[in-house]
Amino acid sequence: MNWQPFSRVGSTAILIVTLGCAPSVPPAPSLTLATTTSTRDSGLLDVLIPQFEQQTGIAVRVIAVGSGQALEIGRRGDADVLLTHAPEAEEAFVAVGHARARLPLMHNDFVFVGPSDDPAELQQAATLRDVLTRIAQTAAPFVSRGDQSGTHLKEQSLWKLAEQQPAGAWYIQGGAGMSETLRMANEMQAYTLSDRGTFLSQRHRLDLAILFAGVPQLRNPYAVLVVAPQSPLPGQAAAAIRQAAAAQQFADFLLSPQARNLIAQFGTETFGQPLFFPSAP
Amino acid sequence: MGSHVAGGVKNRVEHWREFLATDFITILWLTLRVSGTSVLLSSLVGIPLGAWLGLSCGRRVLLLRLLVQTGMALPPVVVGLVLYILLSRSGPLAWLGWLFTPRAMVVAQFILALPFVIGITQSAVAAMPGELRWQLRSLGATQWQIRRTVLWEARQGVLLAVAAAFGRSLSEVGAVLMVGGNIQGHTRVLTTAVVLETGKGQFGVALALGGTLLCLALLVNALIVRLDGSPPRYE
Repeated sequence: MNWQPFSRVGSTAILIVTLGCAPSVPPAPSLTLATTTSTRDSGLLDVLIPQFEQQTGIAVRVIAVGSGQALEIGRRGDADVLLTHAPEAEEAFVAVGHARARLPLMHNDFVFVGPSDDPAELQQAATLRDVLTRIAQTAAPFVSRGDQSGTHLKEQSLWKLAEQQPAGAWYIQGGAGMSETLRMANEMQAYTLSDRGTFLSQRHRLDLAILFAGVPQLRNPYAVLVVAPQSPLPGQAAAAIRQAAAAQQFADFLLSPQARNLIAQFGTETFGQPLFFPSAP
Repeated sequence: MGSHVAGGVKNRVEHWREFLATDFITILWLTLRVSGTSVLLSSLVGIPLGAWLGLSCGRRVLLLRLLVQTGMALPPVVVGLVLYILLSRSGPLAWLGWLFTPRAMVVAQFILALPFVIGITQSAVAAMPGELRWQLRSLGATQWQIRRTVLWEARQGVLLAVAAAFGRSLSEVGAVLMVGGNIQGHTRVLTTAVVLETGKGQFGVALALGGTLLCLALLVNALIVRLDGSPPRYE
């Protein structure tokens, strides 16, 4: 019986497992940021986080998900800081005490995009209400995020505002992130609601145009939430205090004049216009 | 318009260079580490269980087989979700502190791969000719010796079980995305990186990562096939 090849593979496997089980806990302090995908996918966090890490030595671990999921992760105490864009859900989060305050960080705006031949004639629409009515009445295909993200919540509130019921074959609930939704709308030549930043960063791949934008109701505010420390696990009280302090430090950094400057300049080089506007301090 | 297109191309080139220089090796290494560990653990647990199941019979064994085979259909996202709730700070296993770490990913892949190891080992062992066992018994072999010898004779099927477990671990995305969080440099593996790059619209990078995944699977399976150079023949 030839066991030799087995022992060779066996030792390789044991090596892999030994390495796999080696403690992967980094020596440096770290905090977890749960955020909406647009801040990561646009590249903004790649500008902000290295600055913070350099100044404080605290590593930031980014979990980019929809705002709904980010808030749920925060509610369960699995993240230290949240960066989301769902004002009503954020207010509710603060109201029940999961965070002390909602700190406005920056904003951009939502835009209605669609095929340039514009079958529902959104470009002729005078008001936001008119835009949604036109889409619903012509039953022009509209791709919804359908994922309880900040953009999806905004879209739902707009339908309510216009007193329209989005239902029927024309209303497509994609259940995907913003970039995927834009691509889906592109393939179907459908309308959709997007944040301006993601649309600009994807524009060169899309055969879609901005058809309606620039009204106050389409403002897209982003806020920082420092998750209120929950009752610490046994034996981890000191760690919990350190963690809360690091989270506060990160929030302070994001709201500092230095970070505001970085936010204001971000995107001007690549896209010819800023993607985010820092909120007034 | 032209400047935008040029900007896009420059962006893409830059993206590639950055990606290959920093993230790629980390991602590849973590993928190997997580999947390798989960396959090894599931093999250590699953092969003995599968051998025992393959040599037993009766009503209860049938029920166990049903459970194992149903386990092969476990949806990764459901495993991820349940594991997330358990490991979450508000969950019963919070004290482990494993959420959003590679360990949580190993556990998820272990759960997903185990039914494959048990099920395929079981069917390989059960498919061994019955005469083999009678012969061994008549030669005075103990129950343990019989099990060991049958398992050895069924090694081709056992290796297939390990290969299937590796395939499941390597290609799974839903569970590791949920419990790992796809954190750059910490819990990002090949599959979750494909999801991310696809989401960003970087189809080229995503495809390259997919190709890497396939190459990895090819390499590991080549190793497994080599082990099994001379399959047993009954003539």
